[in-house]
Amino acid sequence: MSYIFQFCRILAVCFLGEILANLLPLPIPASVYGLVLLLVALKIGIFRLEQVRDAGKFLISIMSMLFIPAAVGVMELWDDLGTMLIPCIIATVPITMFVMGVTGIVTQNVQRRIGKGGTKHDRVTR
Amino acid sequence: MTELLAKFATWGVLLSIAAYGLGLYIQRKTRRPWLHPLLLSSILIIVLLSGLRVPYPDFKASASPVAYLLLPATVSLAIPLYEQWELLKKNTTAILIGCFSGVLASLGSIAVMAWILRMERVHAATLLPKSVTTAIGMDVAKTLGGMAPLAAAAIILTGIAGNLIAEWLLKALKIEEPLARGIAIGTSSHAIGTAKALELGEVEGAMSGLAIAVAGVMTAVLAPVVAVLLP
Repeated sequence: MSYIFQFCRILAVCFLGEILANLLPLPIPASVYGLVLLLVALKIGIFRLEQVRDAGKFLISIMSMLFIPAAVGVMELWDDLGTMLIPCIIATVPITMFVMGVTGIVTQNVQRRIGKGGTKHDRVTR
Repeated sequence: MTELLAKFATWGVLLSIAAYGLGLYIQRKTRRPWLHPLLLSSILIIVLLSGLRVPYPDFKASASPVAYLLLPATVSLAIPLYEQWELLKKNTTAILIGCFSGVLASLGSIAVMAWILRMERVHAATLLPKSVTTAIGMDVAKTLGGMAPLAAAAIILTGIAGNLIAEWLLKALKIEEPLARGIAIGTSSHAIGTAKALELGEVEGAMSGLAIAVAGVMTAVLAPVVAVLLP
């Protein structure tokens, strides 16, 4: 029984997120409002962690399956797929490498400059 | 076939879960990260529907309970974020600046590519949020006037690419701090990349998971600004 109430709390936060997304004139999706709201609710103690944790963890664990209906929607977009092929390849491989590199280098430099938590990864390089 | 299926309500959910289970099984058997269960199951369902001439809207309607859970699942990402609050608080500056630089690099390079290739706005908006978790990225693409299903496909492929190149790229660039490695993977290749980060280490995994949420929120806020600059 507790799972359904946990799910209910998460749904209530989703609903608030949807209301905000409709009220505020910003192009921010309901999911992001909901995520921030749930974090605030946990931080200020409206919910205790165990009041949402199990249902939430379960939902996160099946998350990639939840994209199937959306991903299958590609079958309706064959016309766009042709023009999108090259941009898609550029976006997925070189741009992902670029983003990963920039993020890693910047994070590492900031972290080392601040100087704390700078325990070097002492793994023997093969 | 279509008329027959219309009599049943459960087949869409059943097909989604069964195809995903098969995808998981194939990935475990072959141990190939690029055979991602989401990729395998989607291709399988597309082939099946096309072969049996079942129109996509029928499947979409029947599988709608699956998609319904996406919003609560995305909102639940706040839970791991809350659990890692201490780690986040200790390294706030590095994490925020790191994620921010990654989000800017991603949005900026897509915008530059859109200009160079003279892409249509709808296509550019589709690719703009490709580095963040599918739930947020798909919503962002939709809000900016892009095509959500294609955005989902690009996001999944980005995750698979990130998963495959992470170890090699981070080594080549001498990114050795576990924190920086995790943030780099999560910011560039969301949950599918995080699976690799978890293999690299505990801190890497936690930080990568954290970066999914932080980069996701930053992208949702910044993408509309960058979208103004698209062709």
